Amino acid sequence: MNIHEYQAKEILKGYGVRIQEGIVADTPEAAAAAAKKLNAETGTSWFVIKAQIHAGGRGKGKINETGSNGVVLAKSLDEVPTKAGNILGGTLVTHQTGAEGKKVNKVLIAQDVYYPGESDPKEYYVSILLDRAKGCNVIMASTEGGMDIEEVAEHTPDKIFKEWIDPKVGLQGFQARKVAFKLGLEGDAFKEMVKFITALYNAYLGTDSSMFEINPVLKTSDNKILAVDAKVNLDDNALYRHKDLAALRDLSEEDPLEVEAGESGLNYVKLDGNVGCMVNGAGLAMATMDIIKLSGGEPANFLDVGGGANAQTVEAGFRIILKDPNVKAILINVFGGIVRCDRIANGVVEAYKKIGDIKVPIIVRLQGTNAEEGARIIDESGLKVFSAVVLKDAALKVQEVLAAQA
Amino acid sequence: MSVLVNKNSKVIVQGFTGSEGTFHAQQMIEYGTNVVGGVTPGKGGTKHLERPVFNTVQDAVEATGANVTIIFVPPAFAADAIMEAADAGIQVIITITEGIPVKDMMTAKTYIKDRGVTLIGPNCPGVITPGEAKVGIMPGFVFKTGRIGIVSKSGTLTYEAADQIVKAGLGVSTAIGIGGDPIIGTPTKDAVELLMNDPETDAIVMIGEIGGNYEAEAAKWIKANGNKKPVVGFIAGKTAPAGRRMGHAGAIIGGADDTAEAKMRIMRENGIHVAESPAEIGSTMLKALGKTVNA
Repeated sequence: MNIHEYQAKEILKGYGVRIQEGIVADTPEAAAAAAKKLNAETGTSWFVIKAQIHAGGRGKGKINETGSNGVVLAKSLDEVPTKAGNILGGTLVTHQTGAEGKKVNKVLIAQDVYYPGESDPKEYYVSILLDRAKGCNVIMASTEGGMDIEEVAEHTPDKIFKEWIDPKVGLQGFQARKVAFKLGLEGDAFKEMVKFITALYNAYLGTDSSMFEINPVLKTSDNKILAVDAKVNLDDNALYRHKDLAALRDLSEEDPLEVEAGESGLNYVKLDGNVGCMVNGAGLAMATMDIIKLSGGEPANFLDVGGGANAQTVEAGFRIILKDPNVKAILINVFGGIVRCDRIANGVVEAYKKIGDIKVPIIVRLQGTNAEEGARIIDESGLKVFSAVVLKDAALKVQEVLAAQA
Repeated sequence: MSVLVNKNSKVIVQGFTGSEGTFHAQQMIEYGTNVVGGVTPGKGGTKHLERPVFNTVQDAVEATGANVTIIFVPPAFAADAIMEAADAGIQVIITITEGIPVKDMMTAKTYIKDRGVTLIGPNCPGVITPGEAKVGIMPGFVFKTGRIGIVSKSGTLTYEAADQIVKAGLGVSTAIGIGGDPIIGTPTKDAVELLMNDPETDAIVMIGEIGGNYEAEAAKWIKANGNKKPVVGFIAGKTAPAGRRMGHAGAIIGGADDTAEAKMRIMRENGIHVAESPAEIGSTMLKALGKTVNA
């Protein structure tokens, strides 16, 4: 599960990680009040206004309606309400949101931390994530802060340092020191970075996260180390033991169809294609999407009905797929194991009759337990549903159906 | 021979009396698997499915000599169940449970590391040696006996592969569902290695999906090991967008190397016969074995 920057920073602060302070606001008036409060608390007289959406690239991204960037600087209290107003309620398009962009409901009013002083401020990169191959967590750090880490990895891989954490003993002091030294820090800034990394790791463990990305981490002109941005990804499987974190979920950031599918126990991901699909099992669902593509279509979705598919889940799946106006055909691909194909076939027929007036052709491929019985039910239903047993035949049917529409 | 499980395996079921455990234990017994008992803490001393129930894995091992376990324990307690099995000396631990927190699996994997244990899964369909033992949740009738080994991250896609292998006139030696989670006990390479060394396996089907580097690692190992047996590979998720999780916790494209295209390219470079379409796993195997393919 992803959370917003302001939520992530709040969590980090709770674990003793120093952050760029800020107050979240959802109207220009609230933004002005937040700035005033922040001025009183931190003394900052410049304010950074940051759109809160679950996507990166906000600084370079643009608000469709006003042309404002997703992150802007206000150099006085007076500028805050107007500049916040140019972001709030707008649609922010960044390289990560796709062309349709994301609606901004909240902005974070944050203190200016790039103030001048005894030394120059400098940006770093620190992340903690799961190394799947090694089966342990790894701290990744780089002197190239504020940049897209994938570009750093491509052009200057020698500027990324990795420190793997042994799950048996956790992060050791020498490891935090190693990272801080490799970042070229000394004196107070070095000590601050060691503290920062240690606290960050505790936060990572304590929240059952699968990824923390702090980019940039800033060394201020007075040698403090703090998180200017924070991207946190929580392990969905562990949310049952973190009710407080589970409550941070922002449904407005998710596709409404995906939310609805989740409520019906379906695993659905909306895509941009023209052929919908409904499958049991994640791997077979992806393979079915691939078959659609090979048959000349584009998958409109990923939909895994899981191991307990029945008439209700089939109906729910149908309804969700049919809400997507781009769908020109639907391929149902079920390999029956515990799930019996005759039950799925009956579910399809029932759902079809209940929903009524389905305009798009449906191809049902049933294989495995009671497959022939399932095919017979489909064929004798008198509905505009094609049945197939072998995957190859299903692919050919999709091709035919699409060709007939072209 | 075959690998991991056979007719001599003495299998216990952890989470024996729960609904999942009961249903699948029944199915395994009907298949002919030698299920010698089960574990449900607090129900020791009773009988379930005409087999003894034990409070601890240790009790079960002492009383029955069990050497294989299958775990249906709920996600919050599954990592604990894995460690208990390893502690009791079980050699093959097959974990079906889906949704175990990553942190718990990290602990479990670290715990079993030096204990000479093979962990399969979690979040997998299990292991089947057709005609001998089914220790999993797969439909047994799909898997006919034969000499093709199958390694797969996915459940139903494993059944699909087995079905195509059987329809091609071949059969299965052992099929291993390794699981779709970010941390699993036996990565692709280790499972492939088992089948490579199995005298009853002539060729291998290796099925992966987007995310992680297990297939690439396995492909490189296969080449370094001299491509001793033909391997057919397929990667699901060519059409999956980057950054979106496709069902399995592990199925998410993070970098350039874990896309389906990249994995298929690496497989090809290492002498693996890649099936471009999931409908062509069976026919690609026939070609790899130098046999004629009937259209």
